[in-house]
Amino acid sequence: MENKDIQLKSIFLRKQLLKYIYKAKAGHTGGSLSCVDILNVLYNRVLNVDPLHFNNPDRDRYIQSKGHCVEALFVTMADRGFFPESDLETLCAYQSHYIGHPTKKVHGVEQNTGALGHGLPICVGEAIAAKLDEKPYRVFTLLGDGELPEGSNWEAFLAASQYGLDNLYAILDYNKQQITGDNSQVLNTAPVKDKLEAFGWAVKEIDGHNTAEIEQALNSGPFEKGKPNFIIAHTIKGKGISYMERNIKWHHGVPNPEQYQQALNELEEAEALI
Amino acid sequence: MELDKIEEKDLKMGAANQVVFSETLQELAANDRQIIAVTSDSRGSGKLVPFGEQFPKQIVEVGIAEQNLVGVAAGLASAGKKAFAVSPACFLSARALEQIKNDVCYSDNPVTLVGISAGVSYGALGTTHHSLHDFGVLRAINNVIILAPADNFETEQAVRFAAESKVPVYMRIGKKAMPFLSDTTQDFEVGKGRIVKEGSDITLIATGETVYPALKAALVLKEKHQVNAAVVSMHTIKPLDTALLDELATNGKPIITVEEHMVNGGLGESCASYLFQKAARNPFKIMGIPDEYTVTGSQIEIFNHYGISQDGILNEAKTLLEL
Ligand SMILES: Cc1ncc(C[n+]2csc(CCOP(=O)(O)OP(=O)(O)O)c2C)c(N)n1
Ligand SMILES: [Mg+2]
Repeated sequence: MENKDIQLKSIFLRKQLLKYIYKAKAGHTGGSLSCVDILNVLYNRVLNVDPLHFNNPDRDRYIQSKGHCVEALFVTMADRGFFPESDLETLCAYQSHYIGHPTKKVHGVEQNTGALGHGLPICVGEAIAAKLDEKPYRVFTLLGDGELPEGSNWEAFLAASQYGLDNLYAILDYNKQQITGDNSQVLNTAPVKDKLEAFGWAVKEIDGHNTAEIEQALNSGPFEKGKPNFIIAHTIKGKGISYMERNIKWHHGVPNPEQYQQALNELEEAEALI
Repeated sequence: MELDKIEEKDLKMGAANQVVFSETLQELAANDRQIIAVTSDSRGSGKLVPFGEQFPKQIVEVGIAEQNLVGVAAGLASAGKKAFAVSPACFLSARALEQIKNDVCYSDNPVTLVGISAGVSYGALGTTHHSLHDFGVLRAINNVIILAPADNFETEQAVRFAAESKVPVYMRIGKKAMPFLSDTTQDFEVGKGRIVKEGSDITLIATGETVYPALKAALVLKEKHQVNAAVVSMHTIKPLDTALLDELATNGKPIITVEEHMVNGGLGESCASYLFQKAARNPFKIMGIPDEYTVTGSQIEIFNHYGISQDGILNEAKTLLEL
């Protein structure tokens, strides 16, 4: 895929996730829009995973720690062929396997997440196992910045460094907002880079909406031999829809018909510019 | 309104218990600077935004870090504050369980733990967001009062009680608007079940948001089957109102318990354990969420799926009554 194709795909995935949030009348809209470019690149350019042979023990692992943004994950996975898109018609519906968080009931999902601060420790375990078994796979997780204060993350940061897990990649969706407001107002975690470096990680900062930069960073590891990799992806919550951008009201929220139409129009305009 | 003549149309619709919790806390805080709300990016769901605006010095925000939430609340309580740690019941009662056990209960720091959006309030968000274990784990911990108010009246009373309690309190509330189940001039006493309908043919003991469907089932039993069911809101899960259980069991009539909790370790098992040891042999049924992968759906869909509904409770009652 040329870079242009992947940018077009980002627009397509934005439309898709809005479509299914609109249908399900539920969803974490802002955070899904902030991480969808990362997911697009992960699933289409980075992860060595095959929907038809998902159980291959050498596959790369991806565990989405910020599980609430499942809509971005599910539309990306459907597009990559893990399951038919039509399955998403049942998102959050009675008796559906497609709940409002990642679940292993869905083909291709590695772990059940949704309570924040659980993804990284599991990734540490997967990465240690890869080292023990001398397997080539890499392990990726996506963290929210509001999620960062969970103590389990910092316990895992220490363990990853202790075990020299250079096969581990933690991506921070650094949109600088959570439910209540800005991270800096709720609980400041800055400077993240200095903290992670002090914890023994190799850190890169990128524009989390620039697909080329995301791909370059995720495929260029390990950044430093023997150190776990941390990618600070600077993002915008609600990215791509003017009235949602940086507006915490859209942490979770479903557009009304007019808002939905406007969102689609804006995405069409953006598409025309690519 | 007479308790045995209550009809569904008598029930006045109220607000979500969460709203009543925050309004009551705000009212108390106005006259009591010792009241501190502690939140973990949860003030919006806890309906505490107005509280935070009115009393910026009486709210402590710890970010998404529930263990720290409860630890900090324990410290505040130890220093004489009336700390209310407010977070979704699922995270509060699971993530911070060791802090609850050691720093609040064992160390006797009288924190009020407020579990919001409890039970399956979060519906299709799934198991990570459900609290179907909180009664069970907390029942197994010494020195905590467990409350599950059913309606706005009970919620307000529970908050007032908790603010003055010298014993740690866990209270779980939901986000759905609830009707007033009975006339609000009734007494409310922690540790004493509240009889919302009298009757002597069968007893329905429910708690929290399941009292309402139990009451509706009782009304149908009366209207269609001439069966007079007693309905109890067992808002205090611990300590259990054993005196009331003794009284209700003496007639030997069937007892059904209903809860928004897994059948393991909840209200039903607590009642059954007490009654069995007292040699009561009433026909007995525990209704709740079974020990299985919980079905996807909204709270009401999950309730209906597992029979925590007017029809489901009615059917169980008919079975036990051999109707
Ligand atoms: C342990 C835990 N506590 C609280 C929540 C509720 N919750 C869901 S999303 C969220 C905010 C997350 O903010 P952030 O990590 O910054 O995500 P993003 O901005 O990318 O949406 C909270 C508090 C949760 N899911 N898990
Ligand atoms: Mg964020």
